[in-house]
Amino acid sequence: MGLTTQSTGIYAFVEEMHQDPNFNTDAVIALAGNPNTGKSTVFNGLTGLNQHTGNWPGKTVVLAKGIYEHRGKKITLVDLPGTYSLLANSADEQVARDFICFGNPDATVVVADATCLERNLNLVLQVMEITPKTILCLNLIDEAKRKAIRIDRNGLERLLGIPVVPTVARDKGGLAELENTIHEVALGKRQMNPRQTIYHQAIEEALRELQAELEEVLQGKLNSRWVALRLLDGDSSIIDEIRRYLITSTTQVGKEV
Amino acid sequence: MSIAEFELTQLPVGGFARVVGIKAEGLVRNRLLDLGLVPATVVEAVRKSPAGDPIAYKIRGALIALRSEESRQITVRALVED
Repeated sequence: MGLTTQSTGIYAFVEEMHQDPNFNTDAVIALAGNPNTGKSTVFNGLTGLNQHTGNWPGKTVVLAKGIYEHRGKKITLVDLPGTYSLLANSADEQVARDFICFGNPDATVVVADATCLERNLNLVLQVMEITPKTILCLNLIDEAKRKAIRIDRNGLERLLGIPVVPTVARDKGGLAELENTIHEVALGKRQMNPRQTIYHQAIEEALRELQAELEEVLQGKLNSRWVALRLLDGDSSIIDEIRRYLITSTTQVGKEV
Repeated sequence: MSIAEFELTQLPVGGFARVVGIKAEGLVRNRLLDLGLVPATVVEAVRKSPAGDPIAYKIRGALIALRSEESRQITVRALVED
């Protein structure tokens, strides 16, 4: 079989994951976060030794996936490359963005460094713009305390409209609660109401116009507001990937029928 | 009284400045904004590499090295001490 659009990038990764005979999972969770937030410590803390690393087909980016069990459900975690953003253009950021957008994870956990929360929230807002099923994991909360940083967790939850779980992944602190939260969000047991970023009025008007047309094309496959924003950005790498995703998913629907 | 604006490149090591705006466009602009360099952000020049470029800046709790081609695109003004 030659390389087709369907056999590279996100599609190959997702396909390979599903073809693995040991792969029977109840939910797939994406783990995102800035570099140096302890994301991999959270990943290791949750999955222990049940993990595999693999190459993202077509790019030299290494991805780890791991499995753990919680309340009788098998949960697959995918550890994405550390990124500050999903909008710029490095290979790492494209992989993280493609998985969250087109890999259909059942929930996305963003691991943030509690000692410099401000700079981490940018990524949180970007992820929330793609998927409502976002969880914020406030890692290194012990170091924040040491630096006399107090975080109003309830206030943050209210402002963002997503669950916020403080952790000290190094000592496994808070990981049990994180598992519970992932369980509730991924299996649809928790009502999510993420705060939407509202842009300048002119942009909002353009978005409304685009969204109305996009709804027909997308048929619920992707978040129309997010796609409209990317069209306004004019970032061709994202637009190409969206086109590929729509073609691939249409062919697959065709096969099933 | 108006406070003079200058390019971040000119900030001496140990000095603080506040971001006024970013002249870059496109991906570079996105990247700088993603690093937390939005207007009103306070930046400290921490140290210079031996060749003088890049320079390490403290930005919102993280140490980030910028080349002069990037820092030249960032307009700042001196922090007024009170």
